[in-house]
Amino acid sequence: MDVVMLSRLQFAVAVFFHFIFVPLTLGLSVILAWMETRYVRTGDEIWKRHVKFWGKLFLINFTLGVVTGITLEFQFGTNWSRYSEYVGDIFGSLLAIEATVAFFLESTFLAVWHFGWNKLGKKAHCACIWLVALAGNLSALWIILANGFMQHPVGYVINEAAGRAELSNFWEVVFNGYAWGMYAHTILASWALGGFFVLGVSAWHLLRKSHMDFFRRSFRMVAPYTLALTLILALSGDQQGKAVAEHQPAKLAAMESHWEGGRNVPFYLLVWPDPENERNSVETLGIPGLLSWISFGSADAEVKGLKDFPREDRPPVSATFWSFRGMVTLGALFIALALAATLQRKRETPCPRLLKALVWNIPLPYIGLMLGWAVAEIGRQPWIVHGLMRTSDAVSPVPSSSVAISLGAFIVVYSVLGILDIYLLRKYALKGPDAQEA
Amino acid sequence: MEFATLATIWFVLWALLWAVYFVLDGFDLGLGVLLPFLGGNEEERRIIYNAAGPFWDGNEVWLISAGGVTFAAFPKAYAVMFSALYAPLLLLLFALIFRAVSFEFRNKVESASWRALWDGVHFVSNLAPCVLLGVAFANLFSGIPVDARGVYHGSLLGLLNLYGLTGGLLFLSIFMMHGAIWLVVKTRGSLQTRALATAGLLWPVVLILLLLFLVLTIFYTDIYANYWRMPYLIVLPLLALAGLLGVPTMLNAGKPWLAWGSSALFIVSVTFFGVMGMFPGMIISSLDPAATVTAFNGASSPMTLKIMLGVALVMVPIVLLYQFWMYRLFSQPVTAKDLDDHAY
Repeated sequence: MDVVMLSRLQFAVAVFFHFIFVPLTLGLSVILAWMETRYVRTGDEIWKRHVKFWGKLFLINFTLGVVTGITLEFQFGTNWSRYSEYVGDIFGSLLAIEATVAFFLESTFLAVWHFGWNKLGKKAHCACIWLVALAGNLSALWIILANGFMQHPVGYVINEAAGRAELSNFWEVVFNGYAWGMYAHTILASWALGGFFVLGVSAWHLLRKSHMDFFRRSFRMVAPYTLALTLILALSGDQQGKAVAEHQPAKLAAMESHWEGGRNVPFYLLVWPDPENERNSVETLGIPGLLSWISFGSADAEVKGLKDFPREDRPPVSATFWSFRGMVTLGALFIALALAATLQRKRETPCPRLLKALVWNIPLPYIGLMLGWAVAEIGRQPWIVHGLMRTSDAVSPVPSSSVAISLGAFIVVYSVLGILDIYLLRKYALKGPDAQEA
Repeated sequence: MEFATLATIWFVLWALLWAVYFVLDGFDLGLGVLLPFLGGNEEERRIIYNAAGPFWDGNEVWLISAGGVTFAAFPKAYAVMFSALYAPLLLLLFALIFRAVSFEFRNKVESASWRALWDGVHFVSNLAPCVLLGVAFANLFSGIPVDARGVYHGSLLGLLNLYGLTGGLLFLSIFMMHGAIWLVVKTRGSLQTRALATAGLLWPVVLILLLLFLVLTIFYTDIYANYWRMPYLIVLPLLALAGLLGVPTMLNAGKPWLAWGSSALFIVSVTFFGVMGMFPGMIISSLDPAATVTAFNGASSPMTLKIMLGVALVMVPIVLLYQFWMYRLFSQPVTAKDLDDHAY
């Protein structure tokens, strides 16, 4: 394998592993803040026990999110040094802002929250977890603004003499609509993941009739919240699809495995791509004009096909297509599950089959999020910065043997950590809340 | 503001971020190395972990910031530095991963062998960053074999020359001393007494390694040239000396906080001594002076430098303020009764 492919694989391993922890951090921090606010408002000790129980899971998850994030920040330098030189003027500043604005806030107040139960008043302690939630969600904004620049670069000029892209309008970069669309979609998905995590763990205990009163509360609390999120998530996905259609037509064509451009393009429910022969081997159950409509809001709109782009400018079709289909299918499943949970939340015990489904569902939102990122990143290929720099020109001048070794190390280390983390999360999730405090 | 002024300000800020990182993460890295020597029993070991408890994560963010600022203000230096130092940097990152995990996982399973395992991991994963940072910075001072395209022509073992190794040991001894003083601040009783003795023991080691390093610096680097050129920089080694002398003085006077402050002053001054000696060089090429990345040929555009300066001038004081508040909140010594179920 060449150094480009190895570096891409290494980045994929590092970023996907990082993203096992990030969405739960984002989603659970909000729920924790909400629970602790209830505790402060009502003085009801059960909410304090909730904060402590879910908080323990939050902390186990958080640590790995932080440290796997550090390796990512430095990987732009270690493995993508040409890229870093070329767009560091813009991209680097967004990363630096993320660290100074968000990471300090998050780590400092998380520590105060974690160790400060007896050192702070109730309200101040609660304010700490709100700051953690704010900081986490703020850091996601800055890193997605950076990613948004790679998807739809704005606010830059090319400095020919220096041979690099330079910032020309900071506000254009910060208010890049494409990036905000991605941010909304990612944040909503992460919050929904947090909701499904709480629902799933609660369902496990409700099935076993352990700590019934405790887990009934968390179940009731998050079910409608999760439903609302999954619905808004679908709307935001539709919006983002339109942004892709406008700014990255080749990605859209790959997402739909749409080969021949034209007007009034149907959406096929069943498709099997055949990229070798530039066609689909299965293409049936078409709904007339639907692809045009979902892409541009008009059944008559023109949707470019893959064949409208030179082969070297097309993203990998199968991976993009299947990731997209998988994500959308899961999204529909999530709405159904959240709806069922919401409808049954007032029952003494919700239907066991639903509870079982919610337990088995715990990993699925993670997979959904990863598929979404696969669409965004694989669909952006062959570009590292869309239309500006190719991934193959971005890699560091390091020997492929170095990258092969480090990739191996990443896989080994991350597998061990992943197993340990899941073991501990499971252990503490199944253990249930600590006994009532005196 | 002129480009040269902006780039110079950023160079100084770059040095400052590394210095703050060394001061803050330095003590908790040093503590981790001291763990097997000072943690005589389970309670003492837990006290050592919790002496770093609320602080280590926020301290580590200074590394992320130093990295982020290198990326934002000096993208070329970032690109060359981290791709040339590929292997040591990844080793550093893996070590930091295991360090974080050892804090978080150690007390999560009730088993002596589980804890012993993580104590071992904790020791190694704190030792490695101390040494690696020292080796890396010594090599930055002396220059590394990179060509004009940023391609590195050396090996991992090439970094482990006499100067690099001395730098590694120097950093290790400084961080261990810094950590021992922190333990004097944060503990009471027999652990405090032993921490005090350890700091006293490490002080002459730091002094000897420092003198050796300074002598080797004559042969391996051009750092002193800047001090001939800009004699007012002599204030840096003088401050370093003051800091180093302050450590035993304040420890003997029974003022551990001031001893820690002296040690911090020493670390900041030593970092500045080295980095300002490189100025304007950031990645000095030992192959070809024309390939050296400087604050001027490696900087971002004036617009980015200005915006980032604004961000730094607003945000860094705020960060320092709330981190200071947090340090005050947790300034009390850690004792056995603090080892509740929230503690590590």
